[in-house]
Amino acid sequence: MNSALSKSETKEPEKQYELRPKVMADGTPAGDLLEISMGPQHPSTHGVFRMDVALDGERVVKLKPVFGYLHRNHEKIGEQTTYLGSMPYTDRLDYFCSLTNNWAYALTVEKLAGLQAPERAEYIRVITAELTRLQNHVSLVGFLLQDMGAMGTPLMYAFRERETILDLFESLTGARMMCNYMRFGGCRCDLPPGWLDQTKQIVSEFPRFLDEYEALLSENEILMSRTQGVGCLPRDLAVNASVTGPMIRASGVNYDVRKVDKYGIYDRFSFRVPLGEHGDVYDRYMIRILEMRESLKILQQALHDIPEGPIVDPKAKLRGFRPKVGEAYGRIEAPKGELGFYVISDGSPNPYRYRVRPPSFINLTILEDMCLGHHVADVVIILGSVDIVMGEVDR
Amino acid sequence: MSVPMLGQGILKGMAETARNFVGSYVKDERLVTVQYPEERRPQAEAARNFPFLVYDGDDWQKGLRCVACLICEKECPPQCIYIVKDTVRKPDATGKLQFQPKTFDIDTSVCMSCQICVEVCPFDAIKMDVEYELSTCNRFGGLLVRKEQLAKSNDYYRKMHPVEAAGVDARLGADKARAEAKAKAAASSKPAAGSSPAPALATAERVNS
Repeated sequence: MNSALSKSETKEPEKQYELRPKVMADGTPAGDLLEISMGPQHPSTHGVFRMDVALDGERVVKLKPVFGYLHRNHEKIGEQTTYLGSMPYTDRLDYFCSLTNNWAYALTVEKLAGLQAPERAEYIRVITAELTRLQNHVSLVGFLLQDMGAMGTPLMYAFRERETILDLFESLTGARMMCNYMRFGGCRCDLPPGWLDQTKQIVSEFPRFLDEYEALLSENEILMSRTQGVGCLPRDLAVNASVTGPMIRASGVNYDVRKVDKYGIYDRFSFRVPLGEHGDVYDRYMIRILEMRESLKILQQALHDIPEGPIVDPKAKLRGFRPKVGEAYGRIEAPKGELGFYVISDGSPNPYRYRVRPPSFINLTILEDMCLGHHVADVVIILGSVDIVMGEVDR
Repeated sequence: MSVPMLGQGILKGMAETARNFVGSYVKDERLVTVQYPEERRPQAEAARNFPFLVYDGDDWQKGLRCVACLICEKECPPQCIYIVKDTVRKPDATGKLQFQPKTFDIDTSVCMSCQICVEVCPFDAIKMDVEYELSTCNRFGGLLVRKEQLAKSNDYYRKMHPVEAAGVDARLGADKARAEAKAKAAASSKPAAGSSPAPALATAERVNS
């Protein structure tokens, strides 16, 4: 199982980065390296992402990620608009998980301005964030299998389930993906009537889908041979590269901001943090499946306990919002990892500095280390298992 | 690895696919897609696409609730609203003299339907539409929506967002009643007292909740 890893370790690492033709032992040329450019329009790259790959035969000897195609000045725009004005832009960071992005930004500005969301708003935030995690992981798993060549079926099954959750988002926030729902000190509007019952029903039906999905794939021999031992991310490297989220947990590091920081009201729920062992693509796939099951546990508790009450802090102001001078860093466990916002206020209506710590950008930094020595076809699934969204990587 | 027989996992997966495939012939709920142009799914109450301007009464020019206060123009994150305030006050639907926008344009190619203009509007004048078939063959002019296209009646708003519109109507009705009571009280104590725009500003504080 770990043969691929041990093989790549026995190679001399500095030679893997060399870009000159290999020479056989007797001095004759052994064929040239092939440089190919994968992306930005390659269907496997999850958006406009390019990799300059150097291949020795089928094996990767060098990989350079190239990004910036989707750069749209998010952080600079954040300095030009009001605090509230940045909220809809955060939807567009990781456009699969707009509600967790909203939450991270709202949490940061609440820290800055000393606001506290009421009880009910905190529950709504947990419910929407866990639903977001469900729909992110479910589509990620679908995309990962699409990358592996399981065309259509797993992705369509995944999207069928994702759509039911997006319908919930639409009836709550008005939009399927660009939710723009959280506000500083609470949420924009209360839950529509019947929404909780609908959510309860979807949450109770979701495990059936997960079972179906696992029957479809988890024991599939093709999937196992394609993913096990591929793209191993060693524990130390993961920690040193500050990889977060399901990626680092698949490598066996117990780090979940929900447990570490206990932001919001996460200390009230009992859930476990699934950990992987090998840190390969299969572990990353399984971690997501297991995390979905844990999210369902949180959802059931939150849906059971949610109280009545106001949804906005009475101190919160929509217009003329000027937090006092200071700085704040807020972070949450977004589906892709630790999502942080860093905001400096100089007392004006706009932030002085607005910075995003996007999880998938930082998780992408170790792509080359995971891909070296593997086939070019494995690069596609290793990239898929990182779970990147270019909106967040390029900002 | 504890795989009992090679290929068993694949067969299990195939059985699952077959079950779904056959099931789609038996159970209607397994068909999750709709045949779009012929069949349409109902939209959620909260659904939102670009904003529109609400007017009261029958005459859109007269009944526009918008008083060109420029708050939405200032708060709009992508700056897609362009307003020119009129120079003279004109009577609105209730007969009160108000400023009106001379120009009110929304560039829908820039608008991101974030609803912030709706939230900050103290006069309930701008609301979110649910129209979604908006393709045009004119890339620039076709996506720039003018005042006359933006103005839609309160009845349309009630039809699109029944619950939300009922709340707004109740609030505006209460404000109006309060203003009338105040005017009456003022008239009885001091006969020549003019009406003040205070009730409209009071709504601004509550538009958030």
